[in-house]
Amino acid sequence: MDGMTLLTIFVLSIFVGFEVVSKVSVILHTPLMSGANAIHGVILVGAIIVSGRAETTAELVLGLVAVVLATINMVGGFVVTDRMLEMFKPRKAPADKEPQA
Amino acid sequence: MNQTWVLLAYLVAAVLFILALKGLSSPKTARTGNLLGAGGAALAVVVTLFAESWDNLGLIIGGIVVGSAVAVPMARRVAMTSMPQLVALFNGVGGGAAALVAIVEFLATGQQESTGALSATVFTVLVGSVSFSGSVITFMKLQELMTSRPVVFPGMKYVAVLAAVGAVGLAVAVVPTTTTALVIALCLVSLLLGVLFVLPVGGADVPIVISLLNAFTGLTVAASGFVLENTLLLVAGTLVGASGTLLTRLMASAMGRPISNILFGAFSGGSTLGGGEASDRPVRSLSPTDVAYQLGYANKVVIVPGYGLAVAQAQGTLRELVDLLNSKGIEVMYGIHPVAGRMPGHMNVLLAEASVPYEQLKEMDEVNPEFSSTDVVLVVGANDVVNPAARLPGTPISGMPILNVDQASSIVFLKRSMRPGFAGIENELLFDPKTQLLFGDAKDSLTKVVTALKAQ
Repeated sequence: MDGMTLLTIFVLSIFVGFEVVSKVSVILHTPLMSGANAIHGVILVGAIIVSGRAETTAELVLGLVAVVLATINMVGGFVVTDRMLEMFKPRKAPADKEPQA
Repeated sequence: MNQTWVLLAYLVAAVLFILALKGLSSPKTARTGNLLGAGGAALAVVVTLFAESWDNLGLIIGGIVVGSAVAVPMARRVAMTSMPQLVALFNGVGGGAAALVAIVEFLATGQQESTGALSATVFTVLVGSVSFSGSVITFMKLQELMTSRPVVFPGMKYVAVLAAVGAVGLAVAVVPTTTTALVIALCLVSLLLGVLFVLPVGGADVPIVISLLNAFTGLTVAASGFVLENTLLLVAGTLVGASGTLLTRLMASAMGRPISNILFGAFSGGSTLGGGEASDRPVRSLSPTDVAYQLGYANKVVIVPGYGLAVAQAQGTLRELVDLLNSKGIEVMYGIHPVAGRMPGHMNVLLAEASVPYEQLKEMDEVNPEFSSTDVVLVVGANDVVNPAARLPGTPISGMPILNVDQASSIVFLKRSMRPGFAGIENELLFDPKTQLLFGDAKDSLTKVVTALKAQ
């Protein structure tokens, strides 16, 4: 893929990234940070690719360490975010006075 | 697997990530958003595993199993109070993984890479290493494995500048020479830079640094997308980098502080840092029964919860107290400072854990006009967020908006000791004639107050 295409994707993604979180409410700052943190755990894809192509022991060892670290980032990130958001769920309290949406 | 199918799966994953971030921005859709993100990530990983017939596939899957076995129990068992440092740690290992990926790719194909790809490689190594070591220091500060106060040594400013210049210099040198030794040196100097970058950041500002390092890691993942010519890494990393940068700015403005002030504040104002020592000036203390009387005869009560409440696991007892006051017809609300707890929104998570009704939680702007008509403010385990020192220049919390509890008729602090808060500065409000203190563990104190109130 040529550099220009990658650059285009990069710049457009910046705008999308700004746009999607621009209206976040303060109470969700922490879960949003944690969720975004989990998403960059997708570097695991990169770690798999470099480990899969590794030709020397050094490359393989470093690649596998990257696989482990990236998995911790990704799996741990999503699980901890889910636990945080689970707490917000039992908010049935306003049922008696909140107007129906 | 056919390359087109792989790319299509990556596209689906990228869309899921966008929907995930969008969902996480609103309380109703947040949980679904997170699950969409997890689904996207799982799809991307599975497709990648079978995209080609990789060598070492068994070892790779073994690595994923090991990583999951480490991460899941950590994420499941962590107390909600310690959650900020766990996020910092997860972020750090992600940055480390990105740096390693770039290094391995360099070892494999460094000599044949284009200048553009090499630039992306050195960027990933530099910023990924900074993110890794910076996050580890952040973790240690929040876990209180080291002091949470700013750490500054003489000449640190120059060492930090030297490390920064050194790292950039090495990065520039790698591109034309493609020397492995230089890449390793770059990695080491960047690790040092990450440490120097976070050490001078004090207490309450640490969460903002987590957010910033999170954005950094996002950018390194994007850069590794350039290196590997992988569109998914590019899109996902950029999304996190951009949204993380915006989030950092939102958090900083919630604290009323420019980001530069947070990062470099300790360098410029080192001498104004508080002592962190307990004061022996006289204060007025009172008994749980007195607190129960004051609350029982009030018309309007505002509760200001802080990190100390969560540490004592007293959210449930606090809710019991509030329910009791409500049943006596007393108006009660919670005043939530944006950075109550250890991260913006952290206190909302902690109170939601105790099923506190959402509508009793008032954000700072809503609750501040209420204090002048409030009879009793009960400050439970909070300190810095009500410290009037924030209104004066030259303190570590100067400029941070605070809850104006000093406007209330009387103030009751539930505190463990006279030790200053996370920012390490003394709170003049504790010595105010309107203020009284009940010393002890927050849960203990609240239980006694509840018992006394029931007996009334």
